Amino acid sequence: MPDHSLAPLLPLGGATPRRDTFAGLTITENPDVAIASVACRMGRDADLAKAAAALFGTALPVPGQMVAKGDWALFWTGPGQWMATAPFATHEDISRIVKAGLGDTASVTEQTDAWVRFDIDGARAPDMFERLCILDTRRMAAGSANRTMIEHLGTFVLCHRAGEAFSVLGPRSAAASLHHAHVAAAKSAI
Amino acid sequence: MNQMNRINGQPLGGTEATGAPRSGQANRLSGGQIDHAKTLNFRFDGKTFQGHPGDTLASALLANGVRLMGRSFKYHRPRGPLTSGSEEPNALVELRSGARQEPNTRATVAELFDGLEAMSQNRWPSLSFDALAINDRLSTFLTAGFYYKTFMWPKAFWEKLYEPIIRRAAGLGSLSMETDPDLYDKGFLHADLLIVGSGPAGLAAALTAGRAGAQVILAEEDFLFGGRLIAETYRLGSGSGADWAAAAIAELAAMPNVRLMPRTTVIGAFDHGITGAVERVSDHLAVPAAGKPRQILWRIYAKRTLLCAGAIERPIPFENNDRPGILLAGAIRAYANRWAATPGKTVAIFTNNDDGLRTATDLIDKGVSVAAVIDTRPEGKTLAGTTHLKGATVIDSAGRLGLTGITVRLGTGETRQIACTALGVSGGWNPNVHLTCHQRGRPVWDAKIAAFVPGADLPPSMSVAGAATGDLTTSGALASGAAGAVAALDALGITARAAELPEAEDAPVNVTPFWYVKHGKGRAWIDQQNDVTVKDVKLAHQEGYRSVEHLKRYTTLGMATDQGKTSNMAGLAVMAELTSKSIPATGTTIFRPPYTPVPIATFAGRSAGKDFRPVRQTPSHKWAAEQGAVFVEVGMWKRAQWFPRQGETHWRQSVDREVLATRNSVGICDVTTLGKIDVQGTDAAEFLNRVYANPFAKLAVGKVRYGLMLREDGMAMDDGTTARLAEDHFVTTTTTANAVGVYRHMEFCRQCLWPDLDVQIISTTEAWAQFSVAGPNARKLLQKIVDPGHDISNEAFPYMGCGEITVCGGLRARLFRISFSGELAYEIAVPTRYGDGLIRAMVEAGKQYDSVVYGTEALGVMRIEKGHAAGNELNGTTTARNLGMAGMVSKKKDAIGSTLSEREGLNRDDVLALVGFRPVDRSRPLVAGSHFINVGAEATAANDQGYMTSVAFSPNLGHSVGLGFLKSGGARKGETLRAVNPLNNEEVEVEVVSAHFIDPEGDRLRA
Amino acid sequence: MIINHPLLGPRDSQEFIYLGDANLIERPDWQAANAVETFHDYLYLRDNPAGEHRELWYHEQGDRSWLVVTRNTVTHEISKVELARDVARSKGRSK
Repeated sequence: MPDHSLAPLLPLGGATPRRDTFAGLTITENPDVAIASVACRMGRDADLAKAAAALFGTALPVPGQMVAKGDWALFWTGPGQWMATAPFATHEDISRIVKAGLGDTASVTEQTDAWVRFDIDGARAPDMFERLCILDTRRMAAGSANRTMIEHLGTFVLCHRAGEAFSVLGPRSAAASLHHAHVAAAKSAI
Repeated sequence: MNQMNRINGQPLGGTEATGAPRSGQANRLSGGQIDHAKTLNFRFDGKTFQGHPGDTLASALLANGVRLMGRSFKYHRPRGPLTSGSEEPNALVELRSGARQEPNTRATVAELFDGLEAMSQNRWPSLSFDALAINDRLSTFLTAGFYYKTFMWPKAFWEKLYEPIIRRAAGLGSLSMETDPDLYDKGFLHADLLIVGSGPAGLAAALTAGRAGAQVILAEEDFLFGGRLIAETYRLGSGSGADWAAAAIAELAAMPNVRLMPRTTVIGAFDHGITGAVERVSDHLAVPAAGKPRQILWRIYAKRTLLCAGAIERPIPFENNDRPGILLAGAIRAYANRWAATPGKTVAIFTNNDDGLRTATDLIDKGVSVAAVIDTRPEGKTLAGTTHLKGATVIDSAGRLGLTGITVRLGTGETRQIACTALGVSGGWNPNVHLTCHQRGRPVWDAKIAAFVPGADLPPSMSVAGAATGDLTTSGALASGAAGAVAALDALGITARAAELPEAEDAPVNVTPFWYVKHGKGRAWIDQQNDVTVKDVKLAHQEGYRSVEHLKRYTTLGMATDQGKTSNMAGLAVMAELTSKSIPATGTTIFRPPYTPVPIATFAGRSAGKDFRPVRQTPSHKWAAEQGAVFVEVGMWKRAQWFPRQGETHWRQSVDREVLATRNSVGICDVTTLGKIDVQGTDAAEFLNRVYANPFAKLAVGKVRYGLMLREDGMAMDDGTTARLAEDHFVTTTTTANAVGVYRHMEFCRQCLWPDLDVQIISTTEAWAQFSVAGPNARKLLQKIVDPGHDISNEAFPYMGCGEITVCGGLRARLFRISFSGELAYEIAVPTRYGDGLIRAMVEAGKQYDSVVYGTEALGVMRIEKGHAAGNELNGTTTARNLGMAGMVSKKKDAIGSTLSEREGLNRDDVLALVGFRPVDRSRPLVAGSHFINVGAEATAANDQGYMTSVAFSPNLGHSVGLGFLKSGGARKGETLRAVNPLNNEEVEVEVVSAHFIDPEGDRLRA
Repeated sequence: MIINHPLLGPRDSQEFIYLGDANLIERPDWQAANAVETFHDYLYLRDNPAGEHRELWYHEQGDRSWLVVTRNTVTHEISKVELARDVARSKGRSK
């Protein structure tokens, strides 16, 4: 981590991550994730696949999917586009790390602070989600990654374990509204 | 009439309840689906009553001997419930009080809870004495079309006189005018099979599908599952229908793949098989539990929908058929069997079918006296144990506030008076085809039951089972429900076996069509909710409103909360007779969602009040809030508008101070809200060259350029700066308002117009906290922030330079030397999480320069002083030429909008041009939106010379300044014009000047 | 409505932004002699069929793909959904 004098502010404005607990559900603010977008350069699909496999230790995921290997988790965001995530503590400079690995096969952009991430855990998660978004989280398979709308905001919903472990990534500037929506839906459902 | 009051030797007068103790539930029977052991207290019109769990408000009132529950819409006629369900036209009440007061609630579906408060509506001063009942005496005048004919002119009277009077006289419940304190929610459900209705068909379908393992949703509008099974006495196998229903629900409740949704009305069938449903989560509670919604609007994605919505009984209109105590026969049977309540101790039945006879036998079994059964059919079986009058009709009724007796015309033509306090009427049953019509499907006529049944053109993925198909027997409903589920699942590739079904009644209803009683001169009510009579339909016909759609609009037949569920058929039948057409040839009106009324609050869901839409906060929000900043909404963003300091009492003091301090020393502003788009790829430069009107191909690395983006029609779309960070890497900015639209447009260009360009884009608006640092001391301030290794002197980092730097001891950052204020200025960006830290560090560093942090208001003042166009000028109707940027539109390359910019009409000599204005009398303010008129000319549209777009008070110049578009503006500097504001009837003389009020040569920028 | 996204399967139309006639893909040649006329027709002249219509939808709350959706304007039946980029290429558009 760079040795500078500026203190970071968490998306919800606290000094420590916010955590809300309900019977069978926790909503946890997770700021410890560095994110970089990866977009394949025109016609470089094969080169990118090779470079990505070397860098991440896994193939890039197909549409609607997420893969995780070691420090890295990758999810598909659009045709030829992915997000690469890694622990913030060790990968704060993620875009340079990824760009160095992928070279001119892909465009890489720092996305870490564009997003607030909430980790949603517990068997009641689908009860909350069905009041938030169109996705059928009850029947979503582990490894699914979808962009959808929550509280009028574009968000990604990642499923780590079917029915009980998810992450929601939404626009950081609207973290408070997104958090409020989750808590309100959880109270409504549980 | 006097004679009638003495029929059968019984004294009859007023409501039956007057003779019975109110707390005694005089009309309460035994049994049913209510918990007699528990008592609930409730109030109706201020009086306290008792009921039981399982009651509706209507059933509890009937049990207490109360039949009169409301006054009718137009004539203020006394009315009681007609039905026992959601199709109720009459018994509308105001439920609850204070902010939770809810008008037009159907007493027949309002689940009783302890402490429930209800008030009758549309009466004054009281329900039993209503002053506006005078309308009833004036009925000769108040026929259909009365309002249209009477209140035609003068036009001015309509708004001031007629409408307020009509609104006061008509209408039903009133609003509390307070904010609804409850929460409403929305949600999304997914299933293989949605079953609508839980009568015999719905339950058989749910068992079949549930046992096959399919994902099933069973939605029931009632709070109890079972449909007619819990309102009837016939056997299912060895037990009662209610027992079988309870066992079925118990089995379904244990299946994890089945979701049982009571109190849930499917309100609409929408495109591509999507359905909408309203779940009344807390309507049966006095106050919702903390955090729980009152209602939820569900959007259901079911692969198949099976409609098992049953059938709705229809009345037979006759003279004075609307008195409290006259109900549908099936409703009386339901009140007796399910709710252990009867609207009267002595009941008569008027029917044209065998189902009506069933009501008589059930009532007799319950110990209720049946005075007579009046049967329109001359033939058929004779009911034992009562007076069964065949080929007879009811031709009139009596009783001012409640039924006391009826007049019957026998087959022989003679009349007979019969005393009764309730009359059950059955004109047959209409399959509930409502939802089958929501995608413009038309029902078809089934002569066998004399009713419409679902047509072939059902909404996608919907099928129908049970009584809704026209098969009105229980055995038929069970079988078609099971078969319907098998077929629906088969279409999804799921194999199901029809549930084994109990033996059930399969008697046909033997209906003989009989639409209305022709004898009698008085009014026979077709639509009780809208006070539409047989005569009204005849009048509509006479005046040429013969199509059913015209009939509906002319008479209001079938409108309002019940949408004519019990009345449409009779109206159609009368019109069919008048036009000598068949009923199917006469047609039906179109059923539209919602099936039953839905509060607006439910459609709003959580998006109400401060949660109307999400709030986006800037990285410096926390700091700004600590400073007591005044915030303004800019789209979803909340931006600091100005930062009041102690002693400042007017916003202008704060804004003037912020402007002056910036121009004299240095000011800081959070500009994160501007859209930022990362553009990369080997063709990134070429891409930008095509989406911006001005050239970008040769922009050097480490440089920034202003860009003007046009729409294809040549109008300005957006503007901003683009920085080239590397040969194949740009960061482009958009205005705050257009960030989303510009991104969408770029994706369109990239994917649809030039699909093989090597360019990738992604939004980075949120990723970077970006601050403008402007003013003569901007560099000095930043030199205390930027790490020493980076030279930001004017030579090393000139105007329109950019670069990646580090700040505060090693934090990666970006620096752009760009200016919106016209001062020496930079924009500095750090990862968003450090934005709060950076503004604190900069404020600290700026102290020695008396720096300020300025808000959007000062930002606006400075850009107007500088003559920069913004949203007011890029308003969708202005071209590059209007903006004075015609020279930027390159003719040497293809760019969006450049070709159509050349259109002749956009390039006439006198087109609007952006110029500046100042008041001739410097003390006068300017008003944005004012139009320019030549001195001496009349202030008319024909003389319009242009309009003022932006105004501000310039603290630097000491007077107001304005920007605006003026015909041939560039050539008119020095001219005096009038800025006319017709809205306030004000005008001010203005002088045309350059738009650049401050530093027109741009020396400050480059300092 | 439900749009069967070629990559993501059935998605609610709520996630999409509608633009209009898919002919917008066929942007004219700016160097043609009558470019102003052809651009005018391209931008302003539309068929308004009661029946099948090819139109552009943008999956804004999804993968940001532009799609060409063939939809019956009378029944709303959707008979075909393609990636607009593929359609553009098939029409000869490239760089």
